[in-house]
Amino acid sequence: MSDCCTTAATIDVPSEPRVAGRIRTVALVGPPNSGKSTLFNRLTGLRQKVANYPGVTVEQRVGRLSGIGRDDLTLIDLPGIYGLDSYSEDARVAIEVLHGEMPGTPAPDAILLVLDSLQLRRQLMLAAPVLSLGLPTLVLLNMSDLMEARGGRVDTLALAQELGVPVARISATRGAGLDSITHFLNRKAEAEKPVPAEGRIELPVMGNPRSYRQWATGISTRTKYKAPISNAWTKRIDAVLLHQVWGPLIFLAVVFAVFQVVFSIGQPLSDALGNGLNAGGDKIGALLGHSWLESLLIDGVWRGVASVLVFLPQILLLFLFIGVLEDSGYLARAALIADRVMRSIGLNGKAFIPLLSAYACAVPAIMATRTIENKRDRFATILVAPFMTCSARLPIYMLMIAAFIPNQPLLGDFFGLRAAVMLSLYFLGFVAALATARLLKSSILKASSAPFILELPQYRLPTVRSLSLRLVDRGKVFLRQAGTIILAVTLVLWVLSHIPIHTDLTSSLIGRLGHLIEPLIRPLGFNWKIGIGLLTSVLAREVIVGTLGTLYGADPATQSLGLQAALRHDLTLGGAMALVVFFAFALQCTSTLAIVRRETNSWRWPALQFVYMGVLAYVMALATNQLILHFVR
Amino acid sequence: MVAIALSSIFSVEESDELELSGAWKLRLLSELPIGTVGVVESLELPGEIQHHLMHMGFVPEARVMVVRRAPAGDPTVYSIDGFEVALRRDTAKAIRVREYEVQNTRQG
Repeated sequence: MSDCCTTAATIDVPSEPRVAGRIRTVALVGPPNSGKSTLFNRLTGLRQKVANYPGVTVEQRVGRLSGIGRDDLTLIDLPGIYGLDSYSEDARVAIEVLHGEMPGTPAPDAILLVLDSLQLRRQLMLAAPVLSLGLPTLVLLNMSDLMEARGGRVDTLALAQELGVPVARISATRGAGLDSITHFLNRKAEAEKPVPAEGRIELPVMGNPRSYRQWATGISTRTKYKAPISNAWTKRIDAVLLHQVWGPLIFLAVVFAVFQVVFSIGQPLSDALGNGLNAGGDKIGALLGHSWLESLLIDGVWRGVASVLVFLPQILLLFLFIGVLEDSGYLARAALIADRVMRSIGLNGKAFIPLLSAYACAVPAIMATRTIENKRDRFATILVAPFMTCSARLPIYMLMIAAFIPNQPLLGDFFGLRAAVMLSLYFLGFVAALATARLLKSSILKASSAPFILELPQYRLPTVRSLSLRLVDRGKVFLRQAGTIILAVTLVLWVLSHIPIHTDLTSSLIGRLGHLIEPLIRPLGFNWKIGIGLLTSVLAREVIVGTLGTLYGADPATQSLGLQAALRHDLTLGGAMALVVFFAFALQCTSTLAIVRRETNSWRWPALQFVYMGVLAYVMALATNQLILHFVR
Repeated sequence: MVAIALSSIFSVEESDELELSGAWKLRLLSELPIGTVGVVESLELPGEIQHHLMHMGFVPEARVMVVRRAPAGDPTVYSIDGFEVALRRDTAKAIRVREYEVQNTRQG
């Protein structure tokens, strides 16, 4: 098995550098957008966000090399870097891990250096500082199939001799050539005597990009590297998508289409799911007969959990769209188009990428801010990201809109009143984010404008594999939430609404608590049940829907009604709209608070954010309710 | 496959395939018109930004091609070493390039 000559791997090995001891930890290093994350997925079989804009791997990810049958080895995926100087947060992370200075992460014993063979000459610049670390290294020329198909070539053996380390051609997307990695790792594990890297090959003067480039150019010439014909499609697509007139129009159309589809396709799916869940609940309820157990399981738990579960189709659709935008490479273009607007509020176009992905969820968005080089810009982006309408707001928006807004066409059948209200809620969040950013950048986070340097990746067709991994991942998070937090909240609520025994809902414990806070929220048009919902939804926004499902299920007056009908029975239009406006502004998400704490390394920022957004939510909801009270009918 | 076949018919001019000759003028990168190539002479940016750009390939003697401007007229997309990077005018103003009079597609 260990005999190198029997393997078919296309690996060219020059004079063998030898290392003592066993390899335990392997680091995956490469420039941004070289296909590292795709390779990481291949090698580990682990889920990992793969997006086609530079710098998406902002956190180092760790997995077992089970994709190539080496469960005993750990693989660390590092953020994409151009060099070993720390110019941004993610570059700093990569450097600390490589030097073994990252607490909690073992120092790597070997390096897999991934280079995009379509742009080998530039990507080789990173090889110099990485090779000088002196660790056993395998250079992987990724996308080599594409390079050859487009008429590019490189002498791999000559490259291996120039670099003094083995070089292999791979295709991470197809999974081709990965046996070379197995081969490399097996061989390194057997090797004994270490030979220092110095002296074997000539490396450029350290830390000097100019000499790196000369070195890289020299090597590409000597290895007869011929760059492939560049993908003319990317340029032609950009001629349309970055066109002076069409570019911004298409951008708006894309955003609009996403919401329209989430609405028009997601709603029927969600209704069908809801009907199925209710029918199931009724069946089980009939089996149990009228008992306290039936009341607990069906009116309490089932209704509560089901009322949140029905939104799974919409949330998955939203993540699917954001996923397609990210993986295809369009997000970087969107950032380019948005740069002008972002500049007017004191941020740059790069901040737009996390803001756009915050439409799905603020947590990954806040982690993605690490690609922003300027610290003040980064903090401002972190602080405004939760204003963007995330998918956890969809359940309450959908519920209230379906219950209170008539299904009236505005612009033909395609664009109705409901979609208009939904879109204005998204707009409201976006404006709040921009205004707050402006406020922050002209006060506590004031700084001279940071430059905008953004690499535009080539367009790629998103793979079904990557998109489905993303959806499965998101679906699991949502279901776990429904199975734990929401289940627990509904259980506790049911118990509290039935203590003391044999009382009605109003005089139960939960009823008394609700009535206690009612004076505070009455001006907003909320009743005490909404008040309880506001309290429980501090955990996570979608919890309010489950809470309302349980509370209205426990109330004899509304027990037989569906949740929408029950709400219409109990709330005014003003109160309903005030509620969605409240949710547009308030920061009800413990995960977001935790991640902001982690990223800013202080409780000060999440506390400021929570209070600011809470006060704003209260004031805006109050204004909404009073306006509707006075001007509508 | 169709995409590959088509791209070889409409092969796009790359800065490396251009023959630069004749007299040259020193200009700012931000002044170059779309479709032209400049050879980087020097950069004058704050330390970290300069380092970052140089690691991305903006080093003396590198060829930079002006690809297109964003819809709002700024930033501009440049092509260097076969990849595209967008820079604002403020940044491009700090990069001095040589603009050659003759920019011909290399024969053979």
